[in-house]
Order: sequence, then C-alpha cells, then structure tokens
Amino acid sequence: MQRIGVFVCHCGTNIAATVDVKTVAETLGHEPGVVISQDYQYMCSESGQNLVKNAIKEHNLTGVVVCSCSPRMHENTFRKAAAAAGLNPYLVEIANIREQCSWIHKDIATATEKAVILGKAAVAKVHLNAPLTAGESPVAKRALVIGGGIAGIQTALDIAEAGFDVDIVEKNPTIGGKMAQIDKTFPTLDCAACILTPKMVEASQNEHITIHSFSEVTDVKGFVGNFTVTIKKKARYVDETKCTGCGLCTEKCPMKKVPNEFNMGLDNRSAIYIPFAQAVPKVATIDPNYCMMMKTGKCGACSKVCSVGAIDYKQQDKFIEQKYGAIVVATGFNPINLDKYDEFAYNQCPDVVTSLELERLMNAAGPNGGTLLRPSDKTHPHKIVFVQCVGSRCDDSKGKPYCSKICCMYTAKHAMLIREKYPDTEVYVFYIDVRTPGKNFDEFYRRAVEQYNVHYIKGMVGKVTPRSDGKIDVQASDLLANEQLHIDADMVVLAAAIEPDKTARPLATMLTTQMDTNDFFTEAHPKLRPVESATAGIFLSGACQGPKDIPETVAQASAAAAKAIGLLVKNSITCNPCVAHSDELMCNGCSSCEKVCPYGAITYIDKEFRMPDRTTALRRVASVNPAVCQGCGACTVACPSGAMDLNGFSNSQIMAEVDAICK
Amino acid sequence: MQEAMINKAKQLLADGTVNRVIGWKRGEFAYDITPAVFESAEELDSEFVYDDFTSANVSKYLVKECKKEGRILAFLKPCDTYSFNQLIKEHRVVRENVYIVGIPGGPKLDAEKIKAKGITGILGVKNENYTLKIDTVYGEETMPFYEAILDKCASCKSKKHVVYDELIGEDGDVLDSNRFDMVEKLENMSAQERYDFWREQLSKCIRCNACRNVCPACTCEKCVFDNPNSGVENKAPADSFEENMFHIIRAFHVAGRCTDCGECSRVCPQNIPLHLLNRKFIKDINSLYGEYQAGEDTTSRAPLNDYNKDDCEASIVHERGVE
Repeated sequence: MQRIGVFVCHCGTNIAATVDVKTVAETLGHEPGVVISQDYQYMCSESGQNLVKNAIKEHNLTGVVVCSCSPRMHENTFRKAAAAAGLNPYLVEIANIREQCSWIHKDIATATEKAVILGKAAVAKVHLNAPLTAGESPVAKRALVIGGGIAGIQTALDIAEAGFDVDIVEKNPTIGGKMAQIDKTFPTLDCAACILTPKMVEASQNEHITIHSFSEVTDVKGFVGNFTVTIKKKARYVDETKCTGCGLCTEKCPMKKVPNEFNMGLDNRSAIYIPFAQAVPKVATIDPNYCMMMKTGKCGACSKVCSVGAIDYKQQDKFIEQKYGAIVVATGFNPINLDKYDEFAYNQCPDVVTSLELERLMNAAGPNGGTLLRPSDKTHPHKIVFVQCVGSRCDDSKGKPYCSKICCMYTAKHAMLIREKYPDTEVYVFYIDVRTPGKNFDEFYRRAVEQYNVHYIKGMVGKVTPRSDGKIDVQASDLLANEQLHIDADMVVLAAAIEPDKTARPLATMLTTQMDTNDFFTEAHPKLRPVESATAGIFLSGACQGPKDIPETVAQASAAAAKAIGLLVKNSITCNPCVAHSDELMCNGCSSCEKVCPYGAITYIDKEFRMPDRTTALRRVASVNPAVCQGCGACTVACPSGAMDLNGFSNSQIMAEVDAICK
Repeated sequence: MQEAMINKAKQLLADGTVNRVIGWKRGEFAYDITPAVFESAEELDSEFVYDDFTSANVSKYLVKECKKEGRILAFLKPCDTYSFNQLIKEHRVVRENVYIVGIPGGPKLDAEKIKAKGITGILGVKNENYTLKIDTVYGEETMPFYEAILDKCASCKSKKHVVYDELIGEDGDVLDSNRFDMVEKLENMSAQERYDFWREQLSKCIRCNACRNVCPACTCEKCVFDNPNSGVENKAPADSFEENMFHIIRAFHVAGRCTDCGECSRVCPQNIPLHLLNRKFIKDINSLYGEYQAGEDTTSRAPLNDYNKDDCEASIVHERGVE
C-alpha cells in the first residue's frame, strides 16, 4: 500500500491569496493512499524542506506530492530533500498551483477547486511512480561558436584560453562582423578596427581555435555534451590552404562593378575579392554571380595571375561533421530594411543614408578615404540632420516595438566627430528621448550638446523631400518650442532600428531553442540565467539575444564562454533517467520511433524470442540508448503498437492524471 | 486468368523459385473465396480459384508466411501491392522471401449486392458484356455488372502495381478516383448530422474484430485490444462510447499507414462504411502536409512521423475542428 505525503505551499501570498491552501491540504488528505497532508508558508525554505524530510522518515512515505510553484522552479529542491531523507527523488511529484492556478485566477473558490484537482492528478500519478536512477553521459570537449563577430570572437578566445578547442562558423568570407564596419567607438572614440583586428588575428593564431569562414551550420543533432553538427563550407572557388591573400587577383579581375557589401554598397569591388585589408582569414573569394569565368567560361584572369594556383572554378560545397559539448549562438544583428519608410526618402535620394552607411563614409578605409562627402555629388555637406528611432519604438507594423538601444549613443558620436572634424558643419539631431544609461555615456552625450554645440531637438521628422537644387528639405516638429521646422539639409542620417540576423530563426529550429516574437533568442531566465538558452548546452552571446552595444556584447560573450567552460570541464553529466524504453514483446520493429527521434537514440536489433507456441523467432525490435535519449516522448506517441513508454511519464501515469482530472 | 496463374505457380514450384503459393480457394459458397496456401501442383489444380469474387487481399498473410522456411509465391492485385509495400516500409515482411506476381485487379463483385436484388442460392457468375449472368439453384438471373461491384472497386485509386517480380498481363496507371466524395459530403454536414450519421452506422457494430483482423496495417505483435494491460482488452461494445471509440482508435492507429485498400468495409458483416474514417485521415493528411499515398514507395518519410519547416502550424489543424 502506498503511503503518500502531500505538502501544500502558501508561497507567501503568491498562492495563499487566491487559493485556500488549508482546504486544499484538508481535501487532498482524504485521497486514497495519502497518510499526511500539510500546508506551510514557504515549502522551499529550509524549514519547509525539513517538514518534508521529517514526514518521509516519520510516516515512512513511499511518495511525495508538493503543491507549489512550477516544477521548473523547485522540483530539484524537493527531489534533493527527498533523497536526503532516503526516498528515491523520482517519487516526488509537483502540482503546479502557482503559475497554472493562483496567478491566473482571481476567484478564490474557482482557484481552490482547481488546485484540489491538480493535487489529485499528482496524487494519482505518484501512485504509479517508480524509483529511477540517473546515469551519466560523457561530454565532448569542444565548443562551437556560431557567428564570428565581436561576440563570437570574444567567446571563442575565452573558451580557448581555458584550454578547450573551439570552432567559429562564420557565414561571411571573413570574421569581424558589424564591428569591423564601424569607424569609431563610443564613449572613448577609439578606432574600432584598432581594437577589433588584434582580436581577429589572435583568434586566427590561437591553436585551439578553428575558423570556418564562408560556412553555415546545416544540421544539429544530439543534446548537451554530445551535439553532432554538420557545417557546410560554401565553395569560395579559392583553395584556402594555398591562397596567400596577396590580392593580385582582385587587382587583375576585369569585373569591377560589384556592389561592395563591406562598404554598404557605396562603392564597388571586383568579382574575386577580399572584403577588407585586415580580413581573417585573408583569403580571396570568387562571387559566382559576377565572375565572368563562372558565368560565360571566358576570362580566367585570376587563375593566370595566381602564383600559387589557388583558384579552383570547380570547387564544390563541402560538408564536415563535428562533435561538440557546447554551442554558443552569436549570430548578431542587422539594420532593418527601410523600404517601407517613404517619408524619409531613403530610396529616392542617395544623400539620405543609414548610420551604418555613415560609418563607412567617414572611415579611412571607406569609399571616400575618410573624408565625409555626399554620395550624390562628392561635396562636403554643411548641414546634416540625424533622425532617431527610425523603426525603433514603433507601434505600427512597419517597425519594431523595442528600443534598439545603441542609436542614441552612436548618433552622439557621429555628431561629435563631424563637428570636431568639420566645424563649419551644422548638425541637428531629432529625438523622441535621449537614452544614455551606461558608464560615461551621459557625460559623452552632454559633451556633444555642450562642447560641440550639436542641435538636439525633441521631435520627430515628418517628411524628407529631396529638392532639385540638391538640398534636402526636412520638415520636422520641435515639441519643446511647439513649432514646425523646415531645414534645408545637405545630408540626412537615419538611425535605423536593428533586428536579429535572418539566419537566426532557422538556426533556432535546428537547435530547438526558443525565440521571442522579434526573433531574438530567449534566455533561460531574464534575470538569473541571461546567457543560457532554455535548451541545455546552448548559450547566447551578443545581439542575437537583444540589442546591445560593444561593451555589453563583450561582457555577455565572456559570460557565455564561462558557462560553456563550466560545461566542458565536466567529464560527464548526469543524465535524465526519464528516458524512453521499448517493450520488446510488443514492438513491431516498424521504425516509426526511430524516424521521429530527434536525438538518434533508437536503433534496431534482431533478437531471438521464445514465441507462445514454443518456437523461437528472430524479431526486429527497437532499442533505446538511455545515454542519448532526452525523454522528449515523441517516440511514445509515434509508436503504433504502444511498445514505447517513458520513465516518469508513462502512458499509464498520464492516463491516471487525466482520469483524476476528469473524474 | 485462373489458368495462367496456375501454370505460372506450377512452373515456379517446379523450378524451385518458391516452395509455397498463397492464393485462394472456394469456401462454403461460390462467393466465399478465401486465401489459402498451396504446396503442390496437385493442390493447385484441384483447389486454386481466381474469379470475379476473388477480392481478398493476401498481403497481410505474408507477415507470417514470409518468416517460414523457403520462398512463397504471392499473386497481388494492384491495390494489394500498396499494402505489401507499406509492410516492407514498416519492416513487417521480408521482401526476399516473397516472389510477387502482379495480376490485373478488379472490379470485383460484392455478393451482398447481388443478394440485395433478391437473388439467392448463387452457384456461379459470368460477366457477359457487363451483364452479370448469375447461375443459381433456382435458375439463371441477370443484373448489370457495375451494380454488383464492391464499393472499394467503384472508387478504385490505382491499377498500377507498385511492387512485383513479374506481371501477368499489362501494368495499369494511377487513377483519378472519386474516393473522397463521400468524405466531403460528411464534412459539409453539421456536427449533429455527422454525429447522427456515425451513431447510426457504428451502433450496428457487433465488435467481431473482422475489420481489425483483415486490415493489412493492423499487424501489431500485440494489439491494444488484446492486451490485458491496456484496460480496453476485448471489451464488448457495451455502450455508445465503446462503439464509437473502438473504430476511431483503430482509424487513428492506422492513420498515415492505411493504403485505402478497403478491406475493412468489405469484410464488415454489418456493412459499416469503415473506410470513410480512414479516408478522412488520408484527405486531411493530403491537404495539411501535401499529397501522400501510403504504400506507394518504401523509402519516403510518412507525413505523420516526419517534421519539416513547411509543416502547417498545429493551430491550423486545431482551427479546422472548430465549427
């Protein structure tokens, strides 16, 4: 006979304000098998746990039901308490009467009734619980970092520093990401390339780091400690191992009219190209959409001038498979597309640019060699208008509901740099709010206003109209002075909102991690686990998790590295004993379970069986590798014969719960 | 046809290609043509039958037969080959142990439809220019051939053999059938009308298990309805809930695996149109996950145990059920 203890938690007023906990404890006390039913203010506290432990010993309990918060919160706490009192931890069941009951109901009678029902279901389930023992599985001592921007580079460097091998997968021909395109950094105004490129070189030279540039993750299998990842190395038509990065091919290439992505399309590059001087790896890549040889079969100039014979027009995509213990996602961000913003004339006037384009226009390696010139007529702009929050903090469907966070600071930086270098230029900034929390940030912004005399005007730009004389009419409102303004600007700079990279969503599907409605990866806990995803072994680094500036990105990158290292140092991790198993006498060997298993945990064996008619027969049956199974339960649903069952969540346990609820 | 088949079987037995033949022989009445295994030329000569009443699908028998010593010859009609292929896909049969001779399919006759015309004491039939001449103990009767064919043949989906070692006669094509017409009609009913329709049908069930026993997709080592641990073992249809759920559960079990061979409705002694449940699943799968014919091949991923990024959202499936 079962001897079950029920423990109902008040959670302060979290539960007790909406659920009559005394009634719940009293009612559940009459359930079959229940020998003790108590309530307590904080069951998770030390004294609350002692209550459970003492009851287990005193009443010789065979099962425990805790009616409290979500099992995600404290299941482990109570399992440990049970184990300490000598009860198998898997004989503890949690009835979630907080998140699924008290927090969502207002009426005490309804909430109490529901709490009782949830409690009864847990009691019905615990009747059928069996003691389980957790196994262990080894950890592959290698990490994968997806994305080679500053976040990915920093994470990789930190993991390598701890002595673990780490691979960076970058979809572009070079690592460096957005930071490589930025001119100066706030709030110190040091050159982005000067602080980034040493890190890029360090990453390429580190013996523990392998960089897969121009590559993509195409498949992820496995689970924490044991991921198997397929990486597609896209054909760059240049042998990476031979190319010395001399750049002769890029000079001789006759096709020089390809928009240069690195300079935001503001100038052109050749069909065979190295994105920028400090690219890592410094290897040329052929763009097959423009290469004459690839398109028409006539040319071959690069192949002729290449002294090491690195050019290979017939190169194919290559797939490599590698095992990893931990995966860090660092897929970064992009400015949003401004096609929908006709009012700012972005698509009509070349002198209306985004902030990232302005970075390139001001950069010494940019299209104008560092002199700020209007893209249209290459003249010096004398009046520049900055528009903040283009697509950020939007409540319509065109933009993003969130604050992109970095725009206020980089705009102050741009305004300051322009006023410093070209004092004859007037700079206007239209803002909704100026948001500058951060060390030395507000001081920086005030310097732009007070020392550099940048005109900050609270108000939004309503319309930008290019005029025939080359000027741009900016119509805006000054909310503080309560007047309409018309500014005849030479250039307009739009602080476009930032959004997660488009590759993030398919990647999230592959990794079975969660994203929010804006496609930012969701952290396991917004406050307490900010760099871990809800999927074990997957960590988040940089702007893929939310808008971030460089200091924050680097800090989070190192935090993600620390979490990954914490996993990689372990030789093995405790497995979840709630794994599937197959009843071989019922198994048909039909392969349904194998097909749905996302972890590849199921294999088939031919096994000899004694049949009812005393013959022996060789039968194909499913066999689950408990070290690989993650207990998702997909196989138990797919199995047509009901042979698959899940420890801790068996079909009969689930049915008992349903019966208890429906009774 | 029967003679060609007997000759083929004798030849394959004689040259040692096979050591047994699964075919059909006559039961108590002329229209009771029942699957049977033959081991010698003599048995074939005296008992092997293949006529217009020979509609039974022998694929399911091969699950057990293919595990015996030696190779067995099976004559499969086009619809039967889909069932056999699906069994290969599910690893329920050993392909090498079966020698398949594809034979042309129906339409086959439904003795019930002949009896419904008041014709009894059937001794044999002859199809003369699509007029059925029925020899009975009371003399000869006639009726139009197409009024006597099985429902499953009237909505035949394919004349193509999807698996075989050799063919007798020509192979046919996949047909444009009207097999979802009735399902559509049911879908357009109100929930109450639909419920009433199914209650009327399912209340006739005597739970004889014939539908399950004949179904080539029902090959579980231990059927849930025979398993004492399942809690639903061998229950009589004591109430309407039991009557309904048995068939709905069975349809769920074969969803995505049912090739629509129609045997369930053919063998039902109460004439319940069970195939409509299966066809509803097939139709839904087609519309939600793209056209899929179970048994068409042995390698493709079945939509219900495959996931891809184009799959419809669960909410869409859910919304369809809302009236």
